[in-house]
Amino acid sequence: MAARKETQNPAFYALIAALVIMSVGPIALMLATSFKTNVDVYDASVPAFFFSPTIKNYETVLCNFLWYEPVHVEYCDPTFGRALNNSLIVGLISTGLTLTIGCMAAYALVRFKFMGRGTVSMTTLLMRMVPPAVLLVPVFGIWTFQFGLDQTYAGIILIYTAMNLPFVIWILQSFIVQVPIQLEEAARMDGANPFQVFFLVVLPIIQPGLAAAAIFTFRIAWNEFLLANALSGRSTRTVPVTIVNSITEYDIDWGVIMATGMLLAIPPILFTFVASKQIITGMTAGAVKG
Amino acid sequence: MSVAIKANRLTPYMFLAPAGIILIFALLYPIGYMVYASFLDWSPSQRIGQAEFIGLRNYINLWGDEAFRESFWVTIRFAGIVVTLEMVLGVGLALLLDRNIRGMALLRTVFILPMMIAPIVVGLMWRYMYHPTVGIFNRTLKNLGFEGIPWLSDSTWAFIAVVIADVWQWTPFIFILALAAMQSLPRSALEAAEIDGANEWQKILMIKLPLMMPVLIVTLLLRLIDAFKVLEVILVLTNGGPGLSTEILALRIFRTAQEFQELGEAAAMSNLLLMMLMALTIGMFAYNRVQEARLSRQRAAAEKDDN
Repeated sequence: MAARKETQNPAFYALIAALVIMSVGPIALMLATSFKTNVDVYDASVPAFFFSPTIKNYETVLCNFLWYEPVHVEYCDPTFGRALNNSLIVGLISTGLTLTIGCMAAYALVRFKFMGRGTVSMTTLLMRMVPPAVLLVPVFGIWTFQFGLDQTYAGIILIYTAMNLPFVIWILQSFIVQVPIQLEEAARMDGANPFQVFFLVVLPIIQPGLAAAAIFTFRIAWNEFLLANALSGRSTRTVPVTIVNSITEYDIDWGVIMATGMLLAIPPILFTFVASKQIITGMTAGAVKG
Repeated sequence: MSVAIKANRLTPYMFLAPAGIILIFALLYPIGYMVYASFLDWSPSQRIGQAEFIGLRNYINLWGDEAFRESFWVTIRFAGIVVTLEMVLGVGLALLLDRNIRGMALLRTVFILPMMIAPIVVGLMWRYMYHPTVGIFNRTLKNLGFEGIPWLSDSTWAFIAVVIADVWQWTPFIFILALAAMQSLPRSALEAAEIDGANEWQKILMIKLPLMMPVLIVTLLLRLIDAFKVLEVILVLTNGGPGLSTEILALRIFRTAQEFQELGEAAAMSNLLLMMLMALTIGMFAYNRVQEARLSRQRAAAEKDDN
């Protein structure tokens, strides 16, 4: 088999090229459009990709972060800038919380042999089954009337943490299992308490696992719309919510909205290129290993 | 000394407590709450205690509701068509591309991009491309001298448009899983087939596909479960319209709660959706069990033969 590193026929490469164009095409089109003025968008004589680009749309979106005042922006609408800020806060804090709490729980499950791995992967799969739409009504009701967390960052962060925990625990377990127990025993001999063992010995070893889990959690918190829409108030809206709000308007400014979409898409795209291997492992683990 | 032992015994609980508390309060409790809320006549301005208990009336209303039944069938049709197309395309591509080529890693990276981007943004991109005048599809058609297609304003086309967007986003998922499964197939079986003079098609049909079947079925079920959860892309593309042609259940739940402010009814629908997905998940577990039992039986039989 190895000897046959066959030279493929051209049709094969044509197929691959077509597939790449198909999967990247829409994203490239969005990127191109985000550099177009609204006039050019509606002008049929301006081609989709080759035109004189402008960064006006990005200036409009990010106007309250800029150190200069763009000439074409008459009134700086802070909505998008604020939403970007909110998304970052919610994404980062919920990722941090989920990872801290999740890896402690995963450690306890592995080292103190609480429940089998079976139970945890079962819970993970069960949680994967629950659609966010199903959580919408109860979470709205409870957060508003019982916890008093509506319209706050805390409310959104809490539900994202809860949603991501099962998966994080599950994926970190598989990394913690591989940490040699002798290492921990040695640390214990030297007088470290369980918490020191955990934070100073175990955590540094499972860094790759933490990175994979962080990417998954952050992406979900960053991309989520439904619950953020129900829970956030005027000042805590995240980017997906503002995008949906602005496309229900009759007259869509495509350039600006594509620039916003692009800003929302950039972090996940960067993660994909930096850590595609871990992402694919995380994605396939559920099905290929069970 | 005894304090230390006690502390040691408590440690596991201390490690587990935060996760346990959050999961109980923010996940299990809401789900239980939802089951209860489905028996209430409840609007968002009311506290749940003030809502009237109406027994099964929400469910009975749903049963008689023409629109709900329509959106139920739309969901089934959408999930069925989308998953079938994605399985065929994904597995087909995996079979075609299962070779030693340079740049496979980069190719896979490019393929997972559509899954990583926010569904809202995916909806946005496709809405722009489907736009009746500025969209790239209709512009190309017009340049070639054809009529534009009413992508999002005609009910049949809108359904097709939504299906295409979903296939674009999720076929790579099947492709990557199928490729992973294929590359972990035992080389010996394939080599044996080659020695016996099997051609490409025979190898695919008699060896590759049957051996991949367990993974493929789990993949299918995972994707099916996810297909019932699709919401944001359709929300941005069509918001369920025109009419009810693309209003899948998850979207209907969202709209019932958001626009019509019928929380009890939305909860009842959520409950039904959850039960459907539960059935699928249990099916998946059952299948896994049966597979494992069969494998261990085979292994036991093989060991017996060895002795």
